[in-house]
Amino acid sequence: MGRMINKNIKLVEDIFNTKALEHLATRDGFGKGVVEVGERDERIVVLCADLAESTRSHWFKEKFPERFIEVGVAEQNLATVAAGLAVYGKIPFITSYAAFSPGRNNEQIRTTISINDVPVKICGMHAGVSVGPDGATHQQLEDIALMRAQPNMVVIVPSDAEEARKAIVATATNNRPTYLRFGRENTPVFTTEKTPFEIGKAIIVWESKDPQVVLIACGTLLYNALFAAQELMAEGIGTIVIDNHTIKPMDEDTIVSTVQRVGAVVTVEEHQVMGGMGSAVAEVLARRYPVPIEFIGVQDQFGQSGTPEELIEHYGMDVKSIKGAVKCVINRKK
Amino acid sequence: MPPMSYLHEEKVKELEEKAVSIRETLIKMLVEAGSGHTAGPLGMADVFTAFYFHILNHDPQNPTWEDRDRLILSNGHIVPVHYATMAHAGYFPIEETMTLRKFGSRLQGHPERTRLPALETTSGPLGSGLSQAAGIAYGARMDSKKFRVYCLLSDAEHQAGNLWEGAMFAGANKLSNLTALVDRNNIQITGMTEDIMPLEPLREKYEAFGWHVIDIDGHNMEEIVDATEQAKAIFEKPTLIIAHTIPGKGIKEIEFDYLWHGKPPKKEEARVFLKELREQRDTIEHEHTG
Repeated sequence: MGRMINKNIKLVEDIFNTKALEHLATRDGFGKGVVEVGERDERIVVLCADLAESTRSHWFKEKFPERFIEVGVAEQNLATVAAGLAVYGKIPFITSYAAFSPGRNNEQIRTTISINDVPVKICGMHAGVSVGPDGATHQQLEDIALMRAQPNMVVIVPSDAEEARKAIVATATNNRPTYLRFGRENTPVFTTEKTPFEIGKAIIVWESKDPQVVLIACGTLLYNALFAAQELMAEGIGTIVIDNHTIKPMDEDTIVSTVQRVGAVVTVEEHQVMGGMGSAVAEVLARRYPVPIEFIGVQDQFGQSGTPEELIEHYGMDVKSIKGAVKCVINRKK
Repeated sequence: MPPMSYLHEEKVKELEEKAVSIRETLIKMLVEAGSGHTAGPLGMADVFTAFYFHILNHDPQNPTWEDRDRLILSNGHIVPVHYATMAHAGYFPIEETMTLRKFGSRLQGHPERTRLPALETTSGPLGSGLSQAAGIAYGARMDSKKFRVYCLLSDAEHQAGNLWEGAMFAGANKLSNLTALVDRNNIQITGMTEDIMPLEPLREKYEAFGWHVIDIDGHNMEEIVDATEQAKAIFEKPTLIIAHTIPGKGIKEIEFDYLWHGKPPKKEEARVFLKELREQRDTIEHEHTG
């Protein structure tokens, strides 16, 4: 089965043996990555809005207390103090729940980080419905739309804790305003230290025989997309799966050249369909190579309390829903 | 106030004269632009003059010099007086002020650092400058830098929550390298601050947030300079200077009138205003020589 996985990207052995895989949250990858870059660059500072432990910024705080700044429950201040630090010459990572940053401080990010074009890294944690029981107020589903619409802003959604670590390492020196999105739940870690990661370079993770659809995913739902691809192969439906971790700037060439071979797309993300990664893909394809597209994501609704599994299923982002969307888009090709 | 001023009488006259010249440039800029704010910039001309011609440790030929004092303008809408002062100080030619608010100009309607790198930051949406200044001050202290950080604020922007988050942060972190100055002119775009959403008691609010507070006459050069000197001697707190100013200061017909907050003078009005400013300059020169 493993032969359909792109060998060049050095994933873990047997990625579909879920139980055997290490499970970590993408926020853990942030926590590790920021300590790693903190060790080699004195300019790195981490700011937090009273959520040090749940954002995993407490690992940086323990290691570099003098470079950790607590602002309290004040997300507008979080963004603007960071803008000042960046103007001065620091590289600030600002951490809170995505519902509050960039949810609450959008204008401050726009004026003092994006227009100002300073390298503040906005790290939005607990994004998506998979934060679970906290309910709609804390389930950020509009952050990709908010952030990708701002000029100068780079937008990255890592698919597992290891890719999250690499994304932090890469953004520490990209010298750009950057939004990174992380989840709360422990999810399978299927990439390895050797898996390549480059900002703006999409990764073809899977290709089965006679592909009819390209699945373009970001975030931890990439794993669901791969599971769907595996099950579809058993049903005789070939697919390609792309890890589209950088939503902006998007790797248009990889996406367009792959779609040209196949002719239909399903996008997969834990975000509103309106304005999200799928919309960004549609913008590219409408301009360069129009094909039928189906969008997996939240359909213009707010979330609610529940377990992550219940919510992912309820809002149509589970493996079954992805398979349904693939079959639907194949029908539309005809 | 200390009994002895830090300024010689001669320097005071020089600064007062400079402030009148800056007001003249300001009126010309606003007429040429055809939009923008008049009252606030006129009211802050003395403060800007004191900063750029005496208080700041800066180098207009090397605007990004790393040890320069930082001046952050939080209420970006009064930027015409900032541009006028910077031009007079030698950051760019005075003729360039005539490009204010025009297509392709470095002098945007609200200040943008990426277009004019001599600016410390980008501002306009109110309430966010103090936090940025606090961020700069915090970073500078981490690196044991000696420069000072100044933040100029409007009074009405104290109605914004972000500003108080910044005030709380600066107080809690005892950012004594940070001095803020609020333009207490009592007006805002639709009326008087105390009618729209009262700010008083402003001094007590800042004191409760851990700040040292000094009240001054914002048109008195000696008081402006003395207050910034006093702030340098306060080691355990940031300092707020409440500069009581007259909106529209320098043009008698428009002083105190909130209707001049957000509009520029027409050509005819400007001719009258400029005449009035010329007369003021003559008076200062006369006093000086006499």
